[in-house]
Amino acid sequence: MIANLSTYESVKTDSVKVWFKAGPASKFPKNGGACIKYKDKQIAVFNFTRQATWYACQNLCPHKMEMVLSRGMIGEENMQPKVACPLHKNTFSLKTGENLNGTLDAIATYPIKVEDGFVFVGFSE
Amino acid sequence: MKTIIVVGNGMVGYKFCEKLAAREESKNFKIIVFGEEPRAAYDRVHLSEFFGNRDAKSLELAPASWYTENNIELVVNERVTDIHRKTKTITTGSDKEYSYDYLVLATGSSPFVPPINGVEKEGVFVYRTIEDLEAMLDYAEKIKAKKSDGRAAILGGGLLGLEAGKAVMDMGLEPHVVEFAPKLMPRQLDSRSSNVLQLTLENIGINIHLGKATNRILGNGAITGMDFGEDDSLEVDMLVISAGIRPRDELGKTCNLAMGVRGGIVVNDRMQTSDPNIFAIGEVALYNQMIYGLVAPGYEMAEVAVNQIMESLEVVMSAEIDMSTKLKLIGVDVASFGVPYMPADKGLSIIYENKTKGLYKRINVSLDGKTLLGGIMVGDAEDYSILHQMYLNNLPLPDNAEELIVGSRGEGGSAFGSAMDLPDTAVICSCEAVTKGAVCCSVIDDGNETVKEVAKATKATTGCGGCKPMVADLVKESLKTLGKTVKESICEHFDHSRQELYDIVKLKGVQDYDQLLDEVGKGDGCEVCKPLAASIFASIYNETANRQETIQDSNDRYLANIQRNGTYSVVPRVAGGEISPKQLMAMGRIAKKYDLYTKITGGQRIDMFGAKLHELPLIWEELIAEGFETGQAYGKSLRTVKSCVGSTWCRYGMDESVSFAIEIENRYKGIRSPHKFKGGVSGCIRECAEARSKDFGFIAVEGGWNVYVGGNGGATPRHAELLAEKVDKETAIKYVDRFMMFYIKTAPPLTRTSAWLEKLEGGITYLKNVVINDSLGIVEELDAGMQNFVNTYKCEWKEAVETPEIRERYTHFINSEETDDNIEFVSLREQKMPKEWA
Ligand SMILES: Cc1cc2nc3c(=O)[nH]c(=O)nc-3n(C[C@H](O)[C@H](O)[C@H](O)COP(=O)(O)OP(=O)(O)OC[C@H]3O[C@@H](n4cnc5c(N)ncnc54)[C@H](O)[C@@H]3O)c2cc1C
Ligand code: SF4
Ligand code: SF4
Ligand code: FES
Repeated sequence: MIANLSTYESVKTDSVKVWFKAGPASKFPKNGGACIKYKDKQIAVFNFTRQATWYACQNLCPHKMEMVLSRGMIGEENMQPKVACPLHKNTFSLKTGENLNGTLDAIATYPIKVEDGFVFVGFSE
Repeated sequence: MKTIIVVGNGMVGYKFCEKLAAREESKNFKIIVFGEEPRAAYDRVHLSEFFGNRDAKSLELAPASWYTENNIELVVNERVTDIHRKTKTITTGSDKEYSYDYLVLATGSSPFVPPINGVEKEGVFVYRTIEDLEAMLDYAEKIKAKKSDGRAAILGGGLLGLEAGKAVMDMGLEPHVVEFAPKLMPRQLDSRSSNVLQLTLENIGINIHLGKATNRILGNGAITGMDFGEDDSLEVDMLVISAGIRPRDELGKTCNLAMGVRGGIVVNDRMQTSDPNIFAIGEVALYNQMIYGLVAPGYEMAEVAVNQIMESLEVVMSAEIDMSTKLKLIGVDVASFGVPYMPADKGLSIIYENKTKGLYKRINVSLDGKTLLGGIMVGDAEDYSILHQMYLNNLPLPDNAEELIVGSRGEGGSAFGSAMDLPDTAVICSCEAVTKGAVCCSVIDDGNETVKEVAKATKATTGCGGCKPMVADLVKESLKTLGKTVKESICEHFDHSRQELYDIVKLKGVQDYDQLLDEVGKGDGCEVCKPLAASIFASIYNETANRQETIQDSNDRYLANIQRNGTYSVVPRVAGGEISPKQLMAMGRIAKKYDLYTKITGGQRIDMFGAKLHELPLIWEELIAEGFETGQAYGKSLRTVKSCVGSTWCRYGMDESVSFAIEIENRYKGIRSPHKFKGGVSGCIRECAEARSKDFGFIAVEGGWNVYVGGNGGATPRHAELLAEKVDKETAIKYVDRFMMFYIKTAPPLTRTSAWLEKLEGGITYLKNVVINDSLGIVEELDAGMQNFVNTYKCEWKEAVETPEIRERYTHFINSEETDDNIEFVSLREQKMPKEWA
């Protein structure tokens, strides 16, 4: 199946219908990311240990439409948490999804929470 | 009290006032300046900036108050209409009379408008004053309101015409430059460089029409087109005439001063006209039978005139005027200096041309090869300042003059020394006549630390700006002599250079990235400082990429090179390029099993492409079982040591190059460094292994091995330099050990040995002193560091497949056994490749 950007739309916390149990928090590398599957979606989940926060966004890089963002490096620029795509190092805000170093489409971001040691990602459907 | 009257408040007239005001003696004079334009003098050279910001104020050379403070009476909006030499008086447009003791004519020039039928039509402009620009902008707005595809033509493809072309393009009109000559910038360029420039300009959207004589301007009232005769025409909505200048010498004519045949007021080398009390400077002055349409000669004339009036009679105009120029278009480098082109019997020309890259460089050298006569640069004028200086100061040329134009500064073979080698008297900024000595003084004695501060203090760079790179170099070098450096911090999270961080980690024994951030950094890190720290930890503790996997570059994190579609390549080490049939078959079997695309790499090994993330540990498990280990093709570490077959098989071989290559590849494998590094070993000087294009290379010669370092192939090729000659193998290895360790310790991030060596103060001589003569007293430490690397090597893929926690990283989904269904392959010559990107 070839990915389609329109599969991914940002979800706000108040429009979450499903809190999907993605897996035990311990499975996600510290200060790094991993990918989860929800229905036909690939979602990158980041365990930003240094900030004690979690982020979720589409795994699809809008630059060349590859499923790679979860393998990217995370960091921060002017207090804005970000991920750098492993293919060409385009960077995206993990908060807003906005492309920080260029004019690529923003990526979709999803609400995320950790309860009882499990990671939950919020979807609207 | 004597009176000086200055007619014309343009760039040169202003410079005259500035230089005059700086003299103590000027207090004894009454100074009156008349300017015909409605405002005080402004920077005409940067006139085009007005299109961007419409800010006339920012172009001003000095505010009105400056004139008052300096006791200069400035009368703007007032034309001087007559000179009465007998009574030593002038009259002005408003019929006032003033008397003078000295009269300085700085009336400049006006654009030359060729007598073409129809030039008076609406929509035809010249390009000289702020008012011209305002009128053009208004007219362009009108055109744009009517149609979306408005066009503007520029008549004249000289320096100014091209600048105007870019300006109308920025106004949103389609630009067309129409030139009568068969080439652009006919005075500065030869036809080949003009071709290259034409391609570049057309690429940025400026249309060029050469060899066109305009017969008529078409249109009823307002311009609609240009007619070139013989049914050839161009539809345009606006025309800017930039066909040269004519000196504004009308005052000289009416009072019978000596005039040139084609205009201009004749002056001697004291800037005096035929009336010794009347001076002419700037574009109105005809000196050596020439009008100089550039500010630098005008400024020099102003200086001379001030001195003459102040009775420093020895200050006269230079006999030869430098007409070198650099076009100040954004994105298009064009420069010429000295004699740009000449017939073959007058000198030798060396030409380098690369049409695809839009590069053209030409230098003209005297027949004896000793002096630089001039040159042209299109596409890359970075070396303009230094070449221009070599030309002006008659500096000796390197033995191979072509090195001056091939390989640009800071990268491959730079042939000129640093700007610091210039004599103190060398004029760096010719617009403002600032010498190298003045720039350096401003840093060393007056404590200015940035180009900005130096510019403010000395005025250097404030003219055409062409000297900026060189001033920047001088500032940097002068700071160095003070023991200060320009801060090289790696990113917003660390105020340190790589070398400083290296020392911090080592001295404080910092164990991991988080600790480093906590102790000396700020924030939460990024994709710049994380891999850099990873490289330092690896260099100091020889830890594999598996320990702190999330600070590694993504290739290191998964111990494989990520490819176009998110799959990976697998490259086992094949030391020295020697591989047995049994190993070949094993690789073939594994590649077939996992359906991998295979290819021989440039480094004499085999690359297997198309492995999915979850397949990596499976593939490596099998490879390791067959006796392979990681080739680290993904790391900033040793890639390969290329070898020829050497004396084992080759009839010319002087020694066993393969054995040496295997030994050295196994010695350095696994070492992480600021950038990747490669080696080569050749069995004789025929150099089949191309060892001199590697970071280190050995070549067998009569009586031992020659050792080379700092070579590079790739994007900026550079031949390695000879570190030691005819040494035995152990010594050869020892020297390269130390070279590598010194590089690892001191190089900035992502800098290959070639670029590092290029920038190393003292170059190869210094390096020899460090690694051979132990001038820094550190070889023991370097040797121990290398020995530690060699002793603690482990194959990180073996570590990964044998450690369950690491192995777990290789799944596409954390919550599903499924694999990535986004990956698509297509077939290619009986193998497969990733589907094209859309
Ligand atoms: C767009 C543009 C870009 C340029 N780029 C460069 C460049 O990159 N490098 C470079 O070296 N040069 C460049 N030049 C040329 C440079 O601007 C001129 O060499 C310089 O301005 C000449 O100075 P000047 O004082 O002789 O003449 P001007 O600056 O023209 O000043 C003469 C002044 O005298 C006034 N005047 C004339 N007659 C009278 C009178 N009878 N009474 C009162 N006032 C009078 C005029 O109105 C004018 O204000 C450029 C010019 C233009 C137009
Ligand atoms: S470099 Fe010399 S020894 Fe090596 S293959 Fe070439 S000719 Fe033979
Ligand atoms: S030369 Fe360019 S395209 Fe070819 S392998 Fe290197 S980076 Fe890729
Ligand atoms: S595919 Fe992500 S940056 Fe190019």
